[in-house]
Amino acid sequence: MSKILEVKDLSIAFETYGGEVQAVRGVEFDLHEQETLAIVGESGSGKSVTAQSLMRLTPMPPGKFTSGSIMFNGENLVDKSDKQMEEIRGRDISMIFQDPMTSLNPTMTVGKQIAEGLIKHQNMSKKAAHNRGVELLKLVGIPNPETRINQYPHQYSGGMRQRAMIAIALACDPKLLIADEPTTALDVTIQAQILDLMREIQKKTGTAIILITHDLGVVANAASRVAVMYGGKIVETGNVDEIFYQPKHPYTWGLLSSMPSLDSKEEELEAIPGSPPDLKDPPKGCPFVTRCPYAMKVCENHMPEYTDVSATQKTACWLLDERAPDVEPPQSARVEGVKTHA
Amino acid sequence: MARYLLKRLVYIVVSLFLIVTITFFLMQAAPGGPFASEKKLTPAIEAQMNEAYGLDEPLHVQYMNYVVNAFSFDFGPSFKYVGQDVTDIIARSFPYSLILGLEAIFIALSIGVLLGVVAAVKHNKFGDYTAMVIAVLGISVPSFIMATILQYIFAIKLGALPVGRFDTFWHSILPAVALATTPLAFIARLMRSSMLEVLNSDYIKTAKSKGMSQKVVTYKHGLRNAILPVVSYLGPLVVSILTGSFIIESIFGIPGLGSEFVQSVTNRDYTVIMGTTVFFSVLLLISILIVDLLYGLVDPRIKVTGKGGKS
Amino acid sequence: MAQTQLKDSDFEPLYVDENEAEKIAGESNSYWKDAWRRFKKNKLALSGVVVIILLGIMSFIGGPISGHNYFENDLLSANKQPSAEHWFGTDNLGRDIFARTWYGAKISLFIGLMAALIDLIVGIIWGSIAGFFGGKVDEYMMRVADILYGVPYLLVVILLMVILPQGLWTLIIAMTITGWINMARIVRGQVMQLKSEEYVLASQSLGASNVRLLFKHLVPNTMGPILVTLTLTIPTAIFTEAFLSFLGLGVPAPLASWGTMSSDALASFQYFPFQLFFPAFFICLTMLAFNVIGDGMRDALDPKER
Repeated sequence: MSKILEVKDLSIAFETYGGEVQAVRGVEFDLHEQETLAIVGESGSGKSVTAQSLMRLTPMPPGKFTSGSIMFNGENLVDKSDKQMEEIRGRDISMIFQDPMTSLNPTMTVGKQIAEGLIKHQNMSKKAAHNRGVELLKLVGIPNPETRINQYPHQYSGGMRQRAMIAIALACDPKLLIADEPTTALDVTIQAQILDLMREIQKKTGTAIILITHDLGVVANAASRVAVMYGGKIVETGNVDEIFYQPKHPYTWGLLSSMPSLDSKEEELEAIPGSPPDLKDPPKGCPFVTRCPYAMKVCENHMPEYTDVSATQKTACWLLDERAPDVEPPQSARVEGVKTHA
Repeated sequence: MARYLLKRLVYIVVSLFLIVTITFFLMQAAPGGPFASEKKLTPAIEAQMNEAYGLDEPLHVQYMNYVVNAFSFDFGPSFKYVGQDVTDIIARSFPYSLILGLEAIFIALSIGVLLGVVAAVKHNKFGDYTAMVIAVLGISVPSFIMATILQYIFAIKLGALPVGRFDTFWHSILPAVALATTPLAFIARLMRSSMLEVLNSDYIKTAKSKGMSQKVVTYKHGLRNAILPVVSYLGPLVVSILTGSFIIESIFGIPGLGSEFVQSVTNRDYTVIMGTTVFFSVLLLISILIVDLLYGLVDPRIKVTGKGGKS
Repeated sequence: MAQTQLKDSDFEPLYVDENEAEKIAGESNSYWKDAWRRFKKNKLALSGVVVIILLGIMSFIGGPISGHNYFENDLLSANKQPSAEHWFGTDNLGRDIFARTWYGAKISLFIGLMAALIDLIVGIIWGSIAGFFGGKVDEYMMRVADILYGVPYLLVVILLMVILPQGLWTLIIAMTITGWINMARIVRGQVMQLKSEEYVLASQSLGASNVRLLFKHLVPNTMGPILVTLTLTIPTAIFTEAFLSFLGLGVPAPLASWGTMSSDALASFQYFPFQLFFPAFFICLTMLAFNVIGDGMRDALDPKER
């Protein structure tokens, strides 16, 4: 499988009333064909900004790239002009958003919204685009696609809208699909359906997926690799099994502890105390230091480097330094019986 | 659809009935009889005149007569202009007001929407500031002052356009512009904030993520949605144009319904006041109905059915 | 690399202050402090405030410093151009326009403020009762408001002014008789929305008393739109007064407002444009000032807009 995306040292800052917010600070990851990378983190961790910046959808200004590159198919997206980005958006990379209730244009039929991209990127006629739209709606599992295609979004249910959104995103067979919390706004039962659908489609089309979520259940269900983000940085990355079964970062432990699992009987869900750091004045050291129960003096002023835990797992934590005391992850962070998709 | 229309028509009739009733009793409460301001009449003549105008009947009979007549669009004779029916006055003067009003609505809508869109697209840039300065000035300068300024500059000083009256299209330009100023500024501000909101919405991001160009995103996806609040402003727009016409028509000496109304107010010509008020109300209620139907066309989410749409 | 300079002691546990960890990172400004900070940044709105304050002061001292009063007429010096004696000139009865302008300011501002105040009181009472009780009460109260609202505002005011005896207070009453509806609708909408808002529910479930709820949450959160509406009611009232004066339905002589002054000047506008210029200019200036203050407040109170 070849590498289609390589993000290096990506930093993004926003100009605000209160000062410059450094939302993303030196993020690095890469993605291969057919792969699903989940970027996990709580709100404010920079995961959505990272995802949107891959398509250059972050409003600039107030946002700006302060460093780094986004290599997609051997081209750096950071340097692309707006016109060049328009060619790439929808054709090579497309995106699904969190709230299907607001992400479809209420005054345009679903069919037209699907056809738009096809007409632009594949020079299809209106008729051909319409027919392709019916096919796509069938692909994403919408019944009666011939009638549905001429309806407006408000005539769809929430789950169906997200399916339609996926159909729009898939219209031009993109190489990369970015799904920004695609299930958060949906009912639990529909969440599973949508995740199944995305997996199925990945099998059929081979598209790579970046899945942004705060829900480890979704990760286990859909991802093959995971990047855990905190305070604008990736603190740990690895295969899905590694993240679930041998996490090394205390923040990942915290996330796992706060995840409900079916066979947890006596343990209570544990919250991570405290709140994320202020990125207007980002901490010099590890961003998690104020909330980390294992924090050491070194954590305050020195950002830990990545330690290679395995060929695929990397963790940025001082606990992995040989001088640090040995610390075992808490019992609550041991997950058993979570079936990962990988 | 038919049920909805019927329901709305019933609503209109009820509202009209209320308005007719209220104006009737308001005018009854008015100080002095209709002939009080004329030179002293002998009691005999006054009684004769009262009889001629049906004013000697008991109040409830007068009221019943008035309601029945009002619904057959007969408001009786003018008290001031002998031999003229209120209906004649309306029929004679309304066409001027209609042309002027439509012209003003056209100006307010087209330029207002344009300014608002420019401001939103150039948000926090020079274009935005310029458009909003024009808008806030437009709101702050009352129409009658605007009318006087326009008249002074373009008609008196430059002599480019006629000072007043209403004979040709050229006569209508200045009053139409003066009439349009305030609503134009309102529409520009409304359009700007609505466009800004829409441009920040998720579906605009979706459109961008499909690779649509800025132009397509702004005009095809943005405008159609952002114009909805402007469509609902059409009702107040008609009101604004209508009441604005009272003064503008007087200033420019246009023999329209607005100046007719002002005349009747100064003359205390009660039948004309009542007649024009009712006529204005009919006009407004009908235009609000049209606006509602229009809204249903523009916004697919609003279904015009018996369950009622936006009112 | 940094790693090599680290001492073993650096790897001793760091005791994080529990309270420290619970502190919300970043300075959280209160709603009003934040709003005030944004308002202060808006130079246009601030200059609006300055203009209104100056107009207010001048309305009291303008007459005295001119050495004239607003009613004294001197037909010999009628229609005089602005001069050292009469700074803004004189009108057709020889009255000093400077003195009249500031007297008019008093009347116009008084009408504007009074109308806004009455709208506010009636609107808050009506709107909050309807919003707070909801259900049938709300339905009837709002139906009444809807019917009144359906009739064009200026038409109602004109009809009322036709039948009422002319005077300052009748003018204000005529303006407020339907003018409060807008305010009532806004208040009701706010109350309704807030009643269902999750943080109100949240503080209720945390055992907040009704009084605390009212003052800590409901009042501050409804104040924003109400303040904005109030600010924008004042220019509307000043405009309406001027409008009525043009129809001869304004404040009766010897009272003078900017509206009646403009209206009087209009007849001889071609010959003495300055007579119209001053009152008209101040009407526009006042409306402009209130409008930019209102806009500034809206922007300051509703950060989403930016």
